[in-house]
Amino acid sequence: MIPELGQFALIIALCIALVQGVLPIVGAARGDVAWMNLARPAAQGQFVFVAIAFGCLAYSFVTNDFSVLNVVNNSNSSLPWYYRFAATWGSHEGSLLLWVLMLTTWMVAVTLFSRHLPLEMVSRILGVMALISVGFLLFMLLTSNPFERLLPAAPDGRDLNPLLQDPGMVIHPPMLYMGYVGFSVAFAFAVAALLGGQLDATWARWSRPWTTMAWVFLTIGIALGSGWAYYELGWGGWWFWDPVENASFMPWLLGTALIHSLAVTEKRGGFKVWTVLLAIMTFSLSLLGTFLVRSGVLTSVHAFATDPARGVFILAFLVVVIGASLTLFAWRAPKVGLGGRFDFVSRESALLANNLFLIVAAASVLLGTLYPLFLDALGLGKISVGPPYFDSVFVPLMAPAIFLMGVGPLAKWKRAELPDLAHRLKWALVVALVTALLLPFTMGKWTPMIAFGLLLALWVAISGVVNLWQRVSQLRTSNGLGTGAQLRGLPRGYYGMLLAHAGVAVFIAGVTLVKGYEVEKDVRMRAGDTVEVGGYTFRLDGFVQVPGPNYEATRGLVSVLKNGERVGTMFPEKRLYRVQQMPMTEAAIDPGFTRDLYVSLGEPVGNDAWVVRIYHKPFVDWIWGGAFLMALGGVLAITDRRYRLARKEEREVSAAASVVIA
Amino acid sequence: MKRFLVPLGIFLVLSVFLAVGLKLDPREVPSPLIDKPAPPFQLAQLRDPGKTLGPGDLKGKVWIFNVWASWCVACLQEHPLLVELSRQNLVPIYGLNYKDGRDNALKWLDTHGNPYTLSAMDADGRVGIDYGVYGVPETYVIDKNGVIRFKQIGPVTPKVLEEKILPLVRKLQG
Repeated sequence: MIPELGQFALIIALCIALVQGVLPIVGAARGDVAWMNLARPAAQGQFVFVAIAFGCLAYSFVTNDFSVLNVVNNSNSSLPWYYRFAATWGSHEGSLLLWVLMLTTWMVAVTLFSRHLPLEMVSRILGVMALISVGFLLFMLLTSNPFERLLPAAPDGRDLNPLLQDPGMVIHPPMLYMGYVGFSVAFAFAVAALLGGQLDATWARWSRPWTTMAWVFLTIGIALGSGWAYYELGWGGWWFWDPVENASFMPWLLGTALIHSLAVTEKRGGFKVWTVLLAIMTFSLSLLGTFLVRSGVLTSVHAFATDPARGVFILAFLVVVIGASLTLFAWRAPKVGLGGRFDFVSRESALLANNLFLIVAAASVLLGTLYPLFLDALGLGKISVGPPYFDSVFVPLMAPAIFLMGVGPLAKWKRAELPDLAHRLKWALVVALVTALLLPFTMGKWTPMIAFGLLLALWVAISGVVNLWQRVSQLRTSNGLGTGAQLRGLPRGYYGMLLAHAGVAVFIAGVTLVKGYEVEKDVRMRAGDTVEVGGYTFRLDGFVQVPGPNYEATRGLVSVLKNGERVGTMFPEKRLYRVQQMPMTEAAIDPGFTRDLYVSLGEPVGNDAWVVRIYHKPFVDWIWGGAFLMALGGVLAITDRRYRLARKEEREVSAAASVVIA
Repeated sequence: MKRFLVPLGIFLVLSVFLAVGLKLDPREVPSPLIDKPAPPFQLAQLRDPGKTLGPGDLKGKVWIFNVWASWCVACLQEHPLLVELSRQNLVPIYGLNYKDGRDNALKWLDTHGNPYTLSAMDADGRVGIDYGVYGVPETYVIDKNGVIRFKQIGPVTPKVLEEKILPLVRKLQG
């Protein structure tokens, strides 16, 4: 009964989405206020029905309804309830439902925070989002019904993939999808602006917080996924250039470019065509990512069970959505005027250059991801493109972009003077250079890559400090207030920028130090054996068997000693999940600000001996720390006063207007 | 106008490739050994080191060749399937015990069941190199003339067994 209810709710949601996707857009074209007014209630109604469907599916999972095929395939009665709940989005079908739930959540957010937008604009935005929703709901109902029954019911389920039975996996997909789907708002804004022929600074101002929000979610989602790979796969790696990772990374790169390009459009009215194209491309790559993961065209550890019909559907959908929006772009964009002029040395130039680097980087990731497919399609053989390609292409592309990150924020809009910039930044460069050259010596090893990485990180960090200091001292001379008052008076958007850039610096420092100084040892150990790694002594004391709720674990007891003194015990596990008979490595990690100790069990090699992987990873947590700082910077930027002010003014104006009408 | 059509053009080319890609299977790694004679070897048998085993001894019958080891966790995954298959007496399974110790290997077979008619010991992994073993387990189907007709990398799944291996074995047995 409950699953049928869920399916029925999906059908109703589809009907609402069809209405919402057609009438408000037509209404906006014709100036029909009644039709346009349908957009908001329709969006909210659609959300309610999708939420009901999602609730029904979650209910089927939590209550172990093994007459639902999806539940049988992805859950088991001995699975703890929180993983049964998370299993709701563990399958292809369920994750699609989550996708649509996120999409409708964003729609509701648009209905709530759009009072200051003209009605035509809101109608078009919600209409475009509804059309996307139609595609996904149809996809679900036609090829991937999450509520499909299995009659007679199975006695028990085949269990959730043990890789996904992890707290990180409970929140990683929702965060990632909030990001992916969030770019649909920026996309809808762009398409609506193209439809209405209204591409101006106000449009950019409306789009900005939405884009930043989606970017924040995507940043957190990617960081969580990378952290999960680090502790769950047992290899100590944190990024593998896997096609599915790339699928989330490409929209992130373009989203980053979009955020910066929107800044220029808002502040200077420039880059309009470019910004619109970026908004379309960012969401297009989110959709492309969905296609790559679900169609089986590429091999990946993440890939869902594949079905050719699904691939054909998504590809057709992709062609319709992206093809139509790019056609609209080709038709409308030529009529959009150019923005303000700017000199070769200016903040616009720096941002434009950064944009180009980010886009070329995204394109090179796309090329690397799809290259095996291209060759295969042309009958030129099968190859796989691995980390060496990505590392050797990505780093050289990002290095100049990172250099510009130090310069851009200090350059003036429209026209900056090179000698002036050089004068303001020379000390930052000198300090960064000297520190980067000397610091590796104190850490015991000097290589060009370490020094170069540190140089980039220090450059970004120090130029940020210089930026803040110069801004405060300029203000102090102009208004005479104290430093504290100046710091309080600076807008949050500015702090958000500084913090996000500092996050990049922390991230680069983490990557550089862990790549440069990590020590990895794969050793054969028996109880009583010791091994020395990174100044610590690890002693394998023995093994115990630990039963879990749905697995059996062999747990190693590893004492960690420093200078003969015991500093802790670590418990790496090898689990065998009962239902799927799948072994899983659960690494033991002792995290720290300056280093992680990482112990994981490899394979038993006979005579009670095991291969044990023991890693010392300096500053590895800075990688994720940096990502979270970036996200936090985004959050600060969204809460900037000027967005709240804009809304407040609108409310006052509309309140005044209603008084007049009354 | 024309330059604004560039993104659309790039996208359309890309989608043609994606459409072609849908028809291809990226998991299918072609083995250079398919339709080639199985590389010859003569190795000591696992249970009876005095005797040897090699593909030459098996000419004239269709057989399955399975690379396994007691240290291999993924082997446990396919093992029940192999034991079940050996019970049905459809096709003999010969094992290549890969980079393993005799005691461990025999103990492992006693604990988990022995689906193999015979196993050969490849202690240093030399024969594994000839067969291009990527990782354990791997499974080959070899025909009456000693030619490799199929190779599975990784554990044999019920689906592969039902849809690929068994139909092929039936065809080869004629």
